[in-house]
Amino acid sequence: MAESELLVQLGVVGAYLLVALAVGVFAYRLTGRDAEDYYLASRSIGTVVLLFTTFATLLSAFTFFGGPNLAYGAGPEWILVMGLMDGILFAILWYVIGYRQWLIGKFQGYVTLGEMLGDRFGSTRLRALVAGVSLFWLFPYVMLQQMGAGEAIVGLTNGAIPYWVGAALITLFMIVYVVLAGLRGVAWTDTIQGLFMLSVVWIAVVWVLTNAGGLGTVSSSLADTKPEFLALGGGLYSPQWMISTAVTIAFGVTMFPQINQRFFVAKDARVLKRSFALWPILVVLLFVPAFLLGTWAAGLGVSVPEGSNVVPVLLNAYTPGWFAALVVAGAMAAMMSSSDSMLLSGSSYLTRDLYRPFVNPDASEEREAWVARLGVAAFAIGTFVVSLFRPGTLITVGDTAFGGFAQLALPVMVALYWPKTTRQGMLAGIAGSQLYYVAHVFIPSITLGGVTLFGATYFTWDFALYGMALSLVLTVGGSLLTTADADERADTFTVGSRAD
Amino acid sequence: MTQQKTDYLWIGVFAVLVTFAIPWFLWRDASTWLGLPVWLWWHVGWMGLASLAFALFARGAWDRGMNVDPEEVGFDG
Repeated sequence: MAESELLVQLGVVGAYLLVALAVGVFAYRLTGRDAEDYYLASRSIGTVVLLFTTFATLLSAFTFFGGPNLAYGAGPEWILVMGLMDGILFAILWYVIGYRQWLIGKFQGYVTLGEMLGDRFGSTRLRALVAGVSLFWLFPYVMLQQMGAGEAIVGLTNGAIPYWVGAALITLFMIVYVVLAGLRGVAWTDTIQGLFMLSVVWIAVVWVLTNAGGLGTVSSSLADTKPEFLALGGGLYSPQWMISTAVTIAFGVTMFPQINQRFFVAKDARVLKRSFALWPILVVLLFVPAFLLGTWAAGLGVSVPEGSNVVPVLLNAYTPGWFAALVVAGAMAAMMSSSDSMLLSGSSYLTRDLYRPFVNPDASEEREAWVARLGVAAFAIGTFVVSLFRPGTLITVGDTAFGGFAQLALPVMVALYWPKTTRQGMLAGIAGSQLYYVAHVFIPSITLGGVTLFGATYFTWDFALYGMALSLVLTVGGSLLTTADADERADTFTVGSRAD
Repeated sequence: MTQQKTDYLWIGVFAVLVTFAIPWFLWRDASTWLGLPVWLWWHVGWMGLASLAFALFARGAWDRGMNVDPEEVGFDG
């Protein structure tokens, strides 16, 4: 690649990231120092910002690079999985879990999921368990962003800039950003970046189609080279796989710290309602073009080098270098803002649910703020180091994290709606399903008497689904078998006084 | 219509939206329209329909489902 082109690309990427940083610094000047403002922007987030900040948080390396890679390798049916998962299931959970949490949070003033459950069940142990589990699964997901950024830079520059530089760059920006900005800054950049990515992905589609000879040509070359891609299903895409993936990810997403904390931040119910109805539209607008790009790349015979992503390679082949750089910069910035949200929420879990209750109950606000920032830096550096070992593809790493979070979702739903839920039931449901899930992630599969244990599936269905069922059985069963202690306060979750 | 009937109606609507988000009746179908698979067009239409259904739900049954009065949450909309 020409030296000058490389310089242009790096200039575009660098400039974009600096602009994103400037927005954060500006928001920082508006952010108060207290926790409600730093973590929740004083519960004052409006429709557009809430919609895009939640959306941008989903707009991670998983969707932006992992999705097209999957479409490139296995066909575009991933669009349907994302549609079911994000457009429908997540929207329904947005109401069922999100609105209820918003109501409870508004009346009780909660900031984190662990705090809400800990208070309701009179248990700091439960609070710590929820926070600990969340931070554990957050680790691979933050790592995913660093892997995505590293691979993006490799793909963009044809390997002139090595993987670790991209990963290190995003780590650095992430830390600086979170330490400075707080939720207001994160939400603002999320909105700008969400809008930017949405426009740029459509421009990319038009540009690629124009330079490749139009939709007709692209479509017929796909039909010639990859006829299998046009037919629904087949190969990787079995009904079991599509359903399992959509269900575990949709439920998992609701328990992500950065998403779950969004359930507390809406200004009023109208904001939640509008976001709910607009959600499926946004899903179509973003995912259809993004995953079609990956699909078309396969039809056009674009070859993707090992360890890089299809989107930058495709754009390099069919659009000018600066545009490819702009898309990659936008995607990196989007990943950065996803990571910022994650780290920000993670730091509130760390300080409020672990540090304060267990280590130093009398810590000053200032000291707590320092612990939060140091925690963010340590966490991001840890994920960076592990990301250098490339422990799996973007999709596998993401899927593992989502599955881990999904194990929390059903116990939380039971607690939100069933007043007879007890502390013992919650502890059993969460701890039991986590043990089951962690064992399946880390223990290699073994076959005993014709039955495979710890494999990826049982009877062709993903093991994560059985974990979710287990969490439900343990929570409900445990609650039925035990009685609530005096300090369990079911009334904190009672919302509404309207008689039936 | 009684409120309970409304509840069941919405649960039914949501169940249908979930079930046919993947057009199972087009399984292994490779026919295309305007250069894109027919099942992809289904997806686009279905998401539009879902958005419409969600908007109607938000307007008519949102607070009812949580058993709260709109005044209680300080807003009706």
